[in-house]
Amino acid sequence: MELIDRFRAGDRRALARAITWVENGRPEAAELLKALYPLGGKAHVIGVTGPPGAGKSTLVDRMALGLRQRGQRVAIVAVDPSSPFSGGAILGDRIRMQRSLSDPGIYMRSLSSRGHVGGISQATGDVVAVLDAFGFDTVLVETVGAGQSEVEIVGLAHTIVVVAVPGLGDDIQAIKAGILEIGDIFAVNKADREGAERTVAEIEMMLDLGHMGEPGLNRWPAEGPLPGGPAGYQGLERLDPTGHHKDVDELPPGVTAPARPGGGAGAGGEGPGGAPTAPQGPGGRHGSVAPGGISWRPPVVKTVAKDGQGVEQLLDRCLEHLQFLRESGRWEARQREDAQARVQDLVARLVARRVLDRAAAAGDLPRLTEAVARREVDPYTAAEAILRRHFAEPPGRPEEPIS
Amino acid sequence: MEEKIRVLVAKLGLDAHDRGAKVIARAYRDAGFEVIYTGLFQRPEAVAEAAVQEDVDVVAVSSLAGAHLTLIPELIQQLRDRGVDDVLILAGGVIPEEDVPALLAHGVARVFGPGSDLDEIIAFTRENVRRRAWS
Repeated sequence: MELIDRFRAGDRRALARAITWVENGRPEAAELLKALYPLGGKAHVIGVTGPPGAGKSTLVDRMALGLRQRGQRVAIVAVDPSSPFSGGAILGDRIRMQRSLSDPGIYMRSLSSRGHVGGISQATGDVVAVLDAFGFDTVLVETVGAGQSEVEIVGLAHTIVVVAVPGLGDDIQAIKAGILEIGDIFAVNKADREGAERTVAEIEMMLDLGHMGEPGLNRWPAEGPLPGGPAGYQGLERLDPTGHHKDVDELPPGVTAPARPGGGAGAGGEGPGGAPTAPQGPGGRHGSVAPGGISWRPPVVKTVAKDGQGVEQLLDRCLEHLQFLRESGRWEARQREDAQARVQDLVARLVARRVLDRAAAAGDLPRLTEAVARREVDPYTAAEAILRRHFAEPPGRPEEPIS
Repeated sequence: MEEKIRVLVAKLGLDAHDRGAKVIARAYRDAGFEVIYTGLFQRPEAVAEAAVQEDVDVVAVSSLAGAHLTLIPELIQQLRDRGVDDVLILAGGVIPEEDVPALLAHGVARVFGPGSDLDEIIAFTRENVRRRAWS
């Protein structure tokens, strides 16, 4: 396939077309994703979410530029909502990304949510996989303006930045469930506005309460040993100056974990705003402690995206979080979780498609759905009948409708 | 998943009026298209680069400031430099009748002047999009 060859050669048009295929679910897309899969698994995927008007696009613009200055290749995926009436969409994130988009080292793609309501589109995961395979070091995923339930970005991003702004509500808003539970890092944007300190304090207090749930999929699984041995989180000094992460086995010798599994501190607190801090106590779940005493307590960073203020600190926190994921073994754990979820999802979809295609071809599907619509048969009985008839049966047997 | 027509609505150069661009963007949205709007004051190479990255089927340029005979051919050249030859290029806005043949000769598929019917623009776009194959 010529597209794959051109993709492998680094052709950006081939990349763009590959994303189109994936987004449209074309038959060739599955072949493409199969061929590209061995190339992926390297990119740091950072999700940026928050309410409409919080400044996500402008912040992503600044973050992309900052990562470029650290020598990274950066891709941006920005999701905007589709019209519930026409299915069309106006995708306007490029307007606020003018600074970074003149940089040829940055690739940006606008996606419509295409009717999906979780904050990203159904194809966003595969689009990110394509960008990962193309060789970008970081993929920034900006969600649809999100409120309290658009949390699907958790299943996609390694690091989640929740963007908040001053003046959106009292502290009850800050302890509600939803997107505030999923943040690995909080950015209080428009921090030059009145009320920024209060917003920071409210989020800090919410984090200190410690019962808001674990930070998304970055939680440590309850069972299983720490892959590769404990590595003890030491903080910023082991970050490569270019901003590229180092693998765990490149860490300086002599780094060991504090021997207080389940309750020990990492490298000690850095104080407010610093990423690695001592755990908040046994009740703490936000930033809970992995085996080996490695902890992450989500930091809160003040930013003014339009001026670029605070963006370097935000990027430092993102890279520290990546380092945390790697050193705590959560990166590998996450890869396994993703693989499991992906395979299960695909099996479910393939089985469903095969069964439904067979049922439709045999005439059972229209007949039974019609019967359900007339309330002669209930949907559970109909589904079981279709499964009995069309799931286990080997192909090639004569097709006869269920009587 | 249905294949959506993707349209880049662009404003080139020192042209501060984007009401027409917003009207057409909205009309395309309401027709079920996906519209990428890049904002005002764009350079031709930036629009061409956006067209590549977004893999659009259509580039619709709205021009109200009189520089269409310079900027639109430059945009088309920038697209060709990037190997893009399967994109439908439309122009609209305040474009004098006598300038239309030159634009068509450069590769613009059609010029829609003031008072154009939105339904006609959408029908024309739908009929003339070149369904992309990658051979």
